[in-house]
Amino acid sequence: MSVQTTDYTVSEIRSPAAFITSRAFIYGALVFWSFVCLFPIYWTITTSFKSAVDVTQGHLIPFVDFQPDWKGWRSLGLSPDSIFQTSTVRDEFLKRFMNSVITSVGASSLAIIIGSLAAYGLTRYRYHFAWFKNEDISFFFLSQLILPPVVLALPFLVLYREVALLDTRIGLVLLYTLMVLPIVIWIMRDQFNSIPVELEEAALVDGLTIWGAFFRIVMPIALPGMVAAFILAMVLCWNEYFFAALLTSTDAKTIPVMVASQTGSQGINWWSMAALATAAIAPLATIGIALERYLIMGMTAGSVK
Amino acid sequence: MADQTSTANAWPANSAPTDLIPPGRKRLGWALLAVATLGLLATIVVQILYKTEVDTIGFYTWRPVVYAYLLWGVALGAWQVLTRGEDGQRALFLLPALLFTIAMVIFPTLFGFYIALTDWNLSSFSGRRFNGLDNFWQMLRDPYYRNALFNMVFYVLAVMVEYAIAFGLALLLNAQIRARKFFRVVFLLPLMLSPVAVSWMIGKSLMEYRFGPAATLARHLGWDNPAFFSDPVIARISIMVLDAWTFIPFMMIMLLAGLQAMSREVIEAARVDGANAWQTFWQVTFPLMLPVSVTAAILRIIFKLKLADIIITVTSGGPGGATDSVSSFIYREYRDRSNVGYGTMLAMVYLIIIVVFVTWLLKFASRFVRNVN
Repeated sequence: MSVQTTDYTVSEIRSPAAFITSRAFIYGALVFWSFVCLFPIYWTITTSFKSAVDVTQGHLIPFVDFQPDWKGWRSLGLSPDSIFQTSTVRDEFLKRFMNSVITSVGASSLAIIIGSLAAYGLTRYRYHFAWFKNEDISFFFLSQLILPPVVLALPFLVLYREVALLDTRIGLVLLYTLMVLPIVIWIMRDQFNSIPVELEEAALVDGLTIWGAFFRIVMPIALPGMVAAFILAMVLCWNEYFFAALLTSTDAKTIPVMVASQTGSQGINWWSMAALATAAIAPLATIGIALERYLIMGMTAGSVK
Repeated sequence: MADQTSTANAWPANSAPTDLIPPGRKRLGWALLAVATLGLLATIVVQILYKTEVDTIGFYTWRPVVYAYLLWGVALGAWQVLTRGEDGQRALFLLPALLFTIAMVIFPTLFGFYIALTDWNLSSFSGRRFNGLDNFWQMLRDPYYRNALFNMVFYVLAVMVEYAIAFGLALLLNAQIRARKFFRVVFLLPLMLSPVAVSWMIGKSLMEYRFGPAATLARHLGWDNPAFFSDPVIARISIMVLDAWTFIPFMMIMLLAGLQAMSREVIEAARVDGANAWQTFWQVTFPLMLPVSVTAAILRIIFKLKLADIIITVTSGGPGGATDSVSSFIYREYRDRSNVGYGTMLAMVYLIIIVVFVTWLLKFASRFVRNVN
């Protein structure tokens, strides 16, 4: 997304006082909302270093208000002094973490592969599938977006038990793929539409097959869009809770389920909960900040003509 | 499976005509498809016989049927390529996604409609029993489900407020400011956080009654008893604040993209004509932004209709079911009471309501946009 900066035009020059007021208002609002966005994160991270007294007395600033301590991280087995000792909590956490990584990466990859292929076919060729035409097929895919998870969850619970996919990572991967497929198709359709057909026509004239043209000519051009769709799908899968809570119990539990099950119990310490929440949001926050450009590209695909 | 690709569009007609494919290859394709179909049907039949105890040969789970379906899908693709050449190769682009979605959506949904008509509690030993529309009549008498549906109306209406805030933020980011990228990343950050973690971070710790910073702040501002989740109305609003916090960036980004795509000349023309900032916004910016706004709001409403995780983790529907969304209510119906049959009926009714509502919304929105512009 390009950032346009235009010079102030004649009509925008006002009295200095009005100018300063409007600047103050704009920056005030920006700073206020940044505070709204960042404070919960700040609070969570600092709380993971607090002892009970610091929490109850509402101390906020480390080293000034309170002396930070690795308390929360020690209980997770991730602090510097406990990282080399055995820790059941850490093993549990790492297992959940790997489950989350595998399911979200697996589902996003699968969705990108079959979604890109379908989007490419739909933008380039005309299909008749019984009485369905291209528009109907596209609508069929996109309409999956409104399907609420709760409608599929219970049938899948029964079906997965029958096919022995309950509490497995593959089962989750399949469901997550279904969940993000409409979004991937939406983004990739937009992406392929922006690539001129002449490129492939030239490639076909040069003797490539249609699949060769797709892999060697179109895919490299569409790569940024694929990355954007992948990141967006990653975010959705990583944060998904509903299916994971219903369909996993011991083996395939993901990070959000672990976090939720910890919040349910009353005896849990604030500092370890804060550490767990921090660890759960850290990977995506990092990816999101680093690849923000792609995330925005994915979210705005097709919405602005 | 009449999946035919016409070559009538702009695509160059250099595909091999169907009659160039040797008959041997065609026969091979048909044979392959026939074998795979027979295999799939045979697996299903054997399995049904085994499960109904007519037969003793079979598999313990239905997993082989899944594999048979996969093989059948592969055979279908091969059949397309073998019998129809390049047209078949084109169909191959669409087939994986289509077969996947059909298997994952159509069959479970139909199965769901069947479950909805049964009395089935996973914790009881009696198993599944067909009971017609009993679940439906029970649903009509269920005050909690009605309450959950009413809550959904309230939650969807809250999108209006989110939209206003998101538009304001988009305008801020579109103004001539320094460090725009920094603010954009910061504003986007909440969207990437897991709602479950956010439930703890904000719902259970910041808004904690005794010493959460939000409660302390509320006390300073003169609210003596800042219990965010014990009064039904305040609890609903708190849930909406939580949800808004995570999802406002989503609308904001779409609106920002719309603002940046808007041509500057129009606004400058309005300024030259003597309109002040307020008039420019309402007469020019807002109408021009309407299509993007409608898209953003509809997508947001669709996401809102799935709202569950925050409610499940923060209030579990409390106090007394007051904050329940339909999804969280059904979730607890299953989790706490193992009532699969009744829960599925609720879900299916909800699906029908949603489909009707969203269809109406799309129609209404497109007419609305057309009338204004």
